[in-house]
Amino acid sequence: MHSKQDKKPTLLWLQGVTCNGNTHSFFNLPYLDTLLEKFELLYHPAIETEYTLADVASCTFSCDVIIFEGTYDPLFQRAGVNLEKILFHYAESAKQIIAAGSCASFGGIFKEVAPQRSSGILFNEEQKSGPLEKYSEKIINLSGCPIHPEWMGYTLSMIVNDQKIFVDELHRPVELYSNLAHHGCTRNEYFEWKVDSKGFGLKEGCLFYEQGCRAPMTHASCNKILWNEVSSKTRIGTPCFGCTEPDFPRKNLFSTKTNMSIPQDVPLGVPKRSYLTMAGIAKTFHIKRLEGKLIDYKTTD
Amino acid sequence: MARVTKEERKTGIISAALKLFSEKGFYITTIPDIAEKVGMSVGNFYNYFKSKDILAKELVLYISEYIGSQIREINEKEISTEEKIYEIVSMYFNMANEKPEMIEYFLRVYLSNREVFGEGCEGMICVSPFVTEMMIFFNDGVENGDLYDQDFFSAFGLFMGYLGGMVFLFGEKILPEPLENYKESISQNIYNALKAR
Repeated sequence: MHSKQDKKPTLLWLQGVTCNGNTHSFFNLPYLDTLLEKFELLYHPAIETEYTLADVASCTFSCDVIIFEGTYDPLFQRAGVNLEKILFHYAESAKQIIAAGSCASFGGIFKEVAPQRSSGILFNEEQKSGPLEKYSEKIINLSGCPIHPEWMGYTLSMIVNDQKIFVDELHRPVELYSNLAHHGCTRNEYFEWKVDSKGFGLKEGCLFYEQGCRAPMTHASCNKILWNEVSSKTRIGTPCFGCTEPDFPRKNLFSTKTNMSIPQDVPLGVPKRSYLTMAGIAKTFHIKRLEGKLIDYKTTD
Repeated sequence: MARVTKEERKTGIISAALKLFSEKGFYITTIPDIAEKVGMSVGNFYNYFKSKDILAKELVLYISEYIGSQIREINEKEISTEEKIYEIVSMYFNMANEKPEMIEYFLRVYLSNREVFGEGCEGMICVSPFVTEMMIFFNDGVENGDLYDQDFFSAFGLFMGYLGGMVFLFGEKILPEPLENYKESISQNIYNALKAR
């Protein structure tokens, strides 16, 4: 007779071409142990598991949930076996496949190594033409470089509780990716009044105008579900690189592309004319509190 | 006879005020002058504009929206940046010929009486529709590789300062030729100064 323990879904963490960034990021999930107890972990590259990588590559068993990390390159090998063979074997019978990170979702940084043959597992950048296209229904993309541990925590929790995960057109959970990274940024007031940041790491100023911040164009909940439960890149003064979008990595991540001082890209869904009108008027006003150091400002000023 | 709507009356005041302000000057022109020109009582005038200063600001916005809409039409055409420059220059010079009060007002009242336009009309507030369209023009020009990527105001000043200067000379009757004859050479000069290097 099977015990309740035996009914745990089986979980397999596979890797394509990767830096292990998602593996490590996931370890920062505060409730990692509790979550993993709900699964039977067949293989993980950094946790002692029932099977070895050689066992996984032999393709003699199956699993319920695959987490795939890294860029898909069909000729890349794991334990001497082509990735193509390994991935297709497990994908056939898996109930859910999670692409962990932007490489697995869209191709990402490691696609640059062999751009002609590499991609994400379902998408090649924005095109839904990856190798697992026929398994589209069961694929969830968790883009990000790396993924936020809570995003993986949410997804696995939904799966283990048999909850349907609604996704956007790029197969990312809407619960996690319908927000923009801009939402919840502590610099929003500077964005409203068009006050630039004078450098990296400062508390004051917006990073959108000069430092290359992509937060107003990037679907991510980094400023809603904070990193390490305390902060985010934009909060500490580093621009958002737009790492959850299919066009990541872009070039010149630390500078805003402008045409005659006018930002080439404006906030998502905002017509450029409307943005420029609003920005021009906001810049007319000088708000003293926003022009100096926050700690120096006195209400009697 | 069809009844004149409130909106038409307002346009009538704007048109009369533009002419008077640009011909006689802002301070010399009085509200009774404007009311008389449109054939209404001074009391009735105040139903449309609460003060001369408010009217003055409305006029800048009116001109800015007019020029902005003209440039927008040009921006949306499927033509090269060089051709767009020619069209903007033509539009501006035609306006100087056909509606001289608009440009005169801008140059002689708005730019010369800053104290009137301080509160509520400072910076980009009243000129935004026009400046925004010029931003779109420059942005598109750089994006399609026709124009050199540089500071917006350096390019804007070169373009509009040049046109404003020519219209000023025209208004002063200093130009030996009609404005029309300068369209080609001025467009070419602007393009040569701004084109991609």
